[in-house]
Amino acid sequence: MAQLATAKEDDAAKAAGRASGRKPFRLSTLMSIVGTTPMILTAVGVFVICILYSFVLSFTNSRIFPAFGAENFVGTDQYARLWSTGRWLVSVNNIWFFGLLSIAANMTAGYLLAVFMDQRIRAEDLFRSIFLYPFAMSLVITGLVWRWILDPNYGIQATVRGLGFEDFRFAPLVSADTAIYGLVVAGIWNGVGVTMAIMLAGLRGVDSEIWKAAKIDGIPTWRTYLFIVLPMMRGAILTAFILQCVGVVRVFDLIVAMTQGGPGIATQMPAVFVIQHITDRSNVGLGMAAATMMLLPVVVLLGLQVFVQWRANQAKGKAS
Amino acid sequence: MKKFTVVAAMATALLGSTAVNAADVEVIHWWTSGGEQAAVSVFAREFDALGEDKWVDTAIAGGENARSATLQRTLGGDPPGAAQFNISRQFEELAEAGLLLDLTPLAEEEGWKDFIRPAAILDVCEFEGKIYCVPVNIHSWQWAWASVPAFEKAGVPLPKNLDEFIAEAPKLQEAGVIPFAIGGEAWQIGGAMGVVMLSQLGKTGHEAIYKDRNLEVAGGPEVLNAIKIFKSLKTFTDEGSANRTWNDTTNLVIQDQAALQIMGDWARGEFAVAGEKPGVDYACIAGPSEEAYLDTGGDIFLFPKQEDAAVEAAQLKMASMMVNPQVQALFNNAKGSLPVRDDVDMSLADDCMKVGLDILKDPNRVIQGAGIYLTQDSIGQMDDLWAEAWANPDMTAEEIQQRFVDIIASAE
Repeated sequence: MAQLATAKEDDAAKAAGRASGRKPFRLSTLMSIVGTTPMILTAVGVFVICILYSFVLSFTNSRIFPAFGAENFVGTDQYARLWSTGRWLVSVNNIWFFGLLSIAANMTAGYLLAVFMDQRIRAEDLFRSIFLYPFAMSLVITGLVWRWILDPNYGIQATVRGLGFEDFRFAPLVSADTAIYGLVVAGIWNGVGVTMAIMLAGLRGVDSEIWKAAKIDGIPTWRTYLFIVLPMMRGAILTAFILQCVGVVRVFDLIVAMTQGGPGIATQMPAVFVIQHITDRSNVGLGMAAATMMLLPVVVLLGLQVFVQWRANQAKGKAS
Repeated sequence: MKKFTVVAAMATALLGSTAVNAADVEVIHWWTSGGEQAAVSVFAREFDALGEDKWVDTAIAGGENARSATLQRTLGGDPPGAAQFNISRQFEELAEAGLLLDLTPLAEEEGWKDFIRPAAILDVCEFEGKIYCVPVNIHSWQWAWASVPAFEKAGVPLPKNLDEFIAEAPKLQEAGVIPFAIGGEAWQIGGAMGVVMLSQLGKTGHEAIYKDRNLEVAGGPEVLNAIKIFKSLKTFTDEGSANRTWNDTTNLVIQDQAALQIMGDWARGEFAVAGEKPGVDYACIAGPSEEAYLDTGGDIFLFPKQEDAAVEAAQLKMASMMVNPQVQALFNNAKGSLPVRDDVDMSLADDCMKVGLDILKDPNRVIQGAGIYLTQDSIGQMDDLWAEAWANPDMTAEEIQQRFVDIIASAE
């Protein structure tokens, strides 16, 4: 997102530069440079240096302490062990499964809720607060509450059985095959409200003239929502999507509170694996190898984006 | 140069003057259940009674979480005053890195080496000839806790070993009792599996695997048998076991809803708090086998180095208080564990504790837990394996055993 903006600014600056023959330099430019320097330094220090540090650590046999001695470098041993560890493979599968399911459900339900809120309903503020409330809750609390709701001994199952349905079974968390669905449910409950809020802002941002035009053309409301308004909200959709992705990659507290990675290792996630290995299991090397692997998809996506932009710029350059 | 000496003199004067001040000592531990709370408050009370220093209690639920917090804070330069760990290799790197307060002078002055029994638990605290921690109690994992009324209800005699229990379990099920109670946390499953394993292997087999890394024994028939027992125990659990804490699970036995739980002797504290009587309301079965072995696990406290001399003085006071015979008796009675010294008045010990004390008198019956021989990393791998095997009935016993052998082969 930010890169898109800067690229546009660069183009603008280039155009300005071409027009005047040299770059205009004002005091405000200097001020903005001075103002942003600390932030830039922090970003470089925290992100770039720390990521490199973690990356280098993943080639060592560090236990609790970072060890950079010549004898500590073990090449790609940690990666070999990582990819032969059943628990890591399960974690990787889970994050895809959990991610795809919860993001798809959140985006769909979020948009439908936003459309519902867009119908000029009464007490809109109240509803918005209710839907947004789960997002304000700590994931630990969310996880704990959902764990109780899904517990066979005192949750939904026990309640329904208490009403006389003796054979009613609803306890996803007790079995290794279904526990991940329980997590998805809690993930949706947590994420759908904020998606709705962003989508609603996007909907409200669509020009009312469009609606009028659609009405005049006699297009049904649902088609307007789906084929005209939706493509016009690209920014809001992308924002909601990225927010969801970040949440999925980092998912940790929900797991710890709801299932602790169980039953067995059925609901382990990469973030839990990393944290557990760099703390209690005192194997920083392996933890960092796992963290590097988590970073990989992000790097690939960024690389793709840069490449696409570069191609676009090239094409522009040829055209002009 | 002159200036420097003046500054140094002033600094020492300042330090000297703070040494008489009282200090707050923050203690991180994971004793959060009823019986554990009763025990840890003995320490807090006794420490506060010593003088001006204050025990600041930081209880963090879950051993793994508490240990992580201690490690992270110590590495980050904000160490707690004292922290609980298990008798194991969990903290060896902190000692190697020189982050812990050296207790050797105190230990020599008080003669810890002469009274701490068994000697092996003090060895855990020793690195390069220096002592860095205080053992406070001895716990053994190898116990089964049975609800007497539950077995009576099913008309089944109390089992002497696991094979008997598995043979009788269907009858317990018919009587509407949960035959085997366990919480689905990885450490509970791993611990129970360790007990099952030892009941099949005995001392020689146990040491062959964990101490000598003998892969033939690890791939042998005893281990296979243990895995089969473990798999059949799974079929006698209840639905709610996923995520249940150990003390909630013990509570099922206390309320006679469940027949048997394999859990270390800290469970005794829960029975005591609930007012249950050994032999009448509940039974403790050592082993659970006719030839019971007990490991000498337990808890230690270590004291991360502090910059404040007053805190350091308070830390030494706390270490000394923890091994005081009077405090040992009070603390261990509340905790359900055995004291780390044999000159303690154990007239308060109940029947279960007496059984344990008798077994511990025979050195051939005492073993070191796997945590003494293996790093936390390997222990964690095993916990993962047992958790996975527990939850996944499709894994064959042979498959599980092969993975166990691989872990032992790669252990450092």
